[in-house]
Amino acid sequence: MSLEHWLKVWASLPVLLQGLSVNLALLGGLLSLGFFLGLVFAVLEVYGPKPLRLCAALYSWVFRSIPEILLLLLMWFGPAQFGVRIAPFTAAVLALGLRSSAYQAQIFRGALQAVPAGQMLAARALGLSKFQAVRHVLLPQALRLSLAGWGNEFAVVLKDTTLAYAVGVVEVMRQARYLGSREMPLTLPAYITVALLFLVLTYAGLFALGALEKRLRIPGLEARR
Amino acid sequence: MLLRVEDLHKRYGKEEVLRGVSFSLEKGETKVIIGPSGTGKSTLLRCINRLTEPDRGRVFLEDVEITSPRVNINKIRAQIGFVFQDFNLFTHLTALDNVRLGLMRVKGLSKKEATERAMRELARVGLADKAKAYPAELSGGQQQRVSIARALAMDPKLILFDEPTSALDPELIGEVLSVMVELAQSGMTMLVVTHEMGFARSVADEIIFMEKGVIVEQGPPEQLFKSPKHPRTVEFLRRITELYGGEK
Repeated sequence: MSLEHWLKVWASLPVLLQGLSVNLALLGGLLSLGFFLGLVFAVLEVYGPKPLRLCAALYSWVFRSIPEILLLLLMWFGPAQFGVRIAPFTAAVLALGLRSSAYQAQIFRGALQAVPAGQMLAARALGLSKFQAVRHVLLPQALRLSLAGWGNEFAVVLKDTTLAYAVGVVEVMRQARYLGSREMPLTLPAYITVALLFLVLTYAGLFALGALEKRLRIPGLEARR
Repeated sequence: MLLRVEDLHKRYGKEEVLRGVSFSLEKGETKVIIGPSGTGKSTLLRCINRLTEPDRGRVFLEDVEITSPRVNINKIRAQIGFVFQDFNLFTHLTALDNVRLGLMRVKGLSKKEATERAMRELARVGLADKAKAYPAELSGGQQQRVSIARALAMDPKLILFDEPTSALDPELIGEVLSVMVELAQSGMTMLVVTHEMGFARSVADEIIFMEKGVIVEQGPPEQLFKSPKHPRTVEFLRRITELYGGEK
């Protein structure tokens, strides 16, 4: 691993960055899917009628139990068995997004349950429906309480996007592999470069979330100083 | 008759908290419910707007049976104010937004109308200058006054007060009580659970003494305080006088 190899890898940085942009697209897709479904399942698990509550709990259990790589492969090969072809990218967003929604549901559930019961009572006493109370009173508070836990989920799934490699998505890991297979000695510098890129991305993401936390801060809750 | 409560029963597990409570309230009347802790006073209030579902019995607001399963309870609740012991202001909203929320989401007022109305109610409880403050930035007394403004803004037919001063430091009780006295004098119909005997005596049209899930005795304050008929009432009044050092 000489300086020459490093220079070659850095000359290929645009290719790696292009791969990384695919990871970011995966991240955007799976986080949005996970956020939306996670929110729905959390609300159902806390406030839903009993059958729906059970369904939500069952969902969280299933998608937190199956190894991610297996979920990916199932999503990739499963539909194909029935003649449905989905693009590797879509399969990855679905598999990772469904998994993430199960974890996010538990983050939101914990936060919803941490809001004092009097808030719901006061909202209902005003005449708000249960749905309105959740939408306008419970969730705004619970989402604030979720931010720290959600930052964790973000950091985890950011790295998980590299698993899409397994179903053939050309993302940053695969680009790094290409460099290595072109010239064996490039492998390690390429991998190290990818690791550095993830360090930067995670930092940027958590920094943005920290700024959001500060912006949404309300008096009366402890803040990170 | 504005409110009629008929034979309310409520049981939590083995414990029967309400054992057949009946009374009524005329428009503009203020009734105060007194009695030892744990005798179902709060449960009674919550059963009236069905924050707690009664097991048996009926409640009428004017001619509408609130306890009927066919009634749209959200519509009914919008007509009944509720003031909680621990305020329960929405912690993520400013005082103004706390008062505006019901106006916009339940009554469907525009933001402009809701703001005007909310500011008027905040001014009425003397807190117009705190409109932008969050609950955590207000004292307990101020929070309770905001919560009264929140109830008032909905233009309710009746307001239920569940020990509105019990969570307050003694020096903050006065500001909340004076708002309530003004309300009662302005003709608001009020049902108040409280241990503030001075308030009860000066404002109530009638006192209801409750113990162990039933109404033991009721009557005008003069009669109930001066010459209570029931030995349990006598005993309770004696104890409350010891605790709070008599009336102010």
